[in-house]
Amino acid sequence: MSQFLMPSLGADMEAGTLVEKLRNPGERVARGDIIAAVETQKGVIEIEVFEDGVLQEWLVDLETKVDVGTPLAMIQTDHDAATASSASDPPNLPEPQAPEPPNPEAPQPQDPQPNVVPPEEPERQIPEPEVPGPEIPIPEVPQPDIQPPEIGDIALQERRVGDKKRLRITPSARRLAAQRGIDLGTLSHQKDAPFYLQDIAALTQTADATQPSEMRAAIAAAMSRSKREIPHYYLSHRADLTNADEFVSATNATRAPETRLMLGALYLKAIARAVKKFPEFNGHFKDDNFDHSEASHVGLAISLRGGGLVAPAVFDADAQGLDDVMTAMRDLITRVRTGRFRARELTDATITVTSLGERGVDQLYGVIYPPQVAIVGIGTPALTAQVQGEACVPRLTATITLAADHRVSNGRRGGLFLQEIVKHLQNPETL
Amino acid sequence: MNDDTIQTALQQELYRIAPDIDIDDIDLTADLREEFDIDSMDFLNLVTALGKRFGLEMPEADYDRMRSFSDLLGYLQAQTDQTP
Repeated sequence: MSQFLMPSLGADMEAGTLVEKLRNPGERVARGDIIAAVETQKGVIEIEVFEDGVLQEWLVDLETKVDVGTPLAMIQTDHDAATASSASDPPNLPEPQAPEPPNPEAPQPQDPQPNVVPPEEPERQIPEPEVPGPEIPIPEVPQPDIQPPEIGDIALQERRVGDKKRLRITPSARRLAAQRGIDLGTLSHQKDAPFYLQDIAALTQTADATQPSEMRAAIAAAMSRSKREIPHYYLSHRADLTNADEFVSATNATRAPETRLMLGALYLKAIARAVKKFPEFNGHFKDDNFDHSEASHVGLAISLRGGGLVAPAVFDADAQGLDDVMTAMRDLITRVRTGRFRARELTDATITVTSLGERGVDQLYGVIYPPQVAIVGIGTPALTAQVQGEACVPRLTATITLAADHRVSNGRRGGLFLQEIVKHLQNPETL
Repeated sequence: MNDDTIQTALQQELYRIAPDIDIDDIDLTADLREEFDIDSMDFLNLVTALGKRFGLEMPEADYDRMRSFSDLLGYLQAQTDQTP
């Protein structure tokens, strides 16, 4: 039997709200199946199961907000079935690092009622990002009913949306409602009209001035931790993007909009390639130890309307063609903007790129997203005067920066790494 | 094609991308990306959606003619007039 836990989806997540149960008790689930959706400060995130088995029961009601690490469901794994006869220890028991699930003590005989006292408001600790997958096999013991803890002043009674009918609400409005802690179940339907952002904003105008959004607080917590724990160093280099820009224009001239490339896809691919030669910038720093990642999962910092920021990963960007990277990036941004993405995308990035796009400023220095060890910043490309031989010529250039972790690398290697990225960008046809 | 239909379609597609921006609050002749706070990916999605809706190629070379809301509306009207 394993518990399916509310996963931690990054250094800045403490709690989430179960908003969709995609499987019923008794149904089979297979590793990789998406069985639930959870609303977090970052939007609605689909959660995968990591083992084959049968969904036993849901332990948390819809629209209930619970801490990271809280069991959401019980799963009878195939492994259980196979070893049901032997009462051996469960194998490979990972050490749960999440805030302890509010797993109450087994009822004591003298207790007339095994009334589980909900813990006090959980300490506002930043969950370690190295939380194991949402599922942790636990020894088979009789499970008392688990009462969800109370979080702040949000009571955890059942809160359903209408008559289980999904509210018609725009993604940005849903996000704002989540940020402001508005119970969607209390909103009344008005002749099936959808809720727009301004409706939600109107509801919260009074709280607006005093309360920073939850997402902003979460970002602040993660970034504070980064600055506290990671000895950042910073480097900057000018990249000539004229070739890259001409390559993109030439490619797009004959293409319909849906298959067009953007410079962003070239940035991703160039970084994914460059880390192959500079592995000390690609991976996770955990427990005083750097684990270099063979795969290049490049996190892409995406800003959300309303001020949020997330950096989900484009997986194996080095192994994909440019068109595939572009498709993956476009799909990711579309899903993130509509407030829906997958858990793995939030936890598995091995390096991040943050780009200001076409309307930004010259350069930005990123803050490393733990447990990663590097972030590449790409300023807004602009025509600048460059000296070529005796002449001054206009070239499209951008300032590329690196913020990296001194526990793992140093400035000399960082400089070579930046040059490697620029080299790839100057030869776009080889990407 | 009716001009009202085109304007409605354009507003619908912009609403999909920037639901928090009210068309009444923006400068129709100013830079569309600034006014609606949309980035290059949003703009590409807008161009893709409009291209599909009206059966237009929306080439990158014409992006300069799609700078503001009014420009884009005029561009769509001109292009759809040419298509039978």
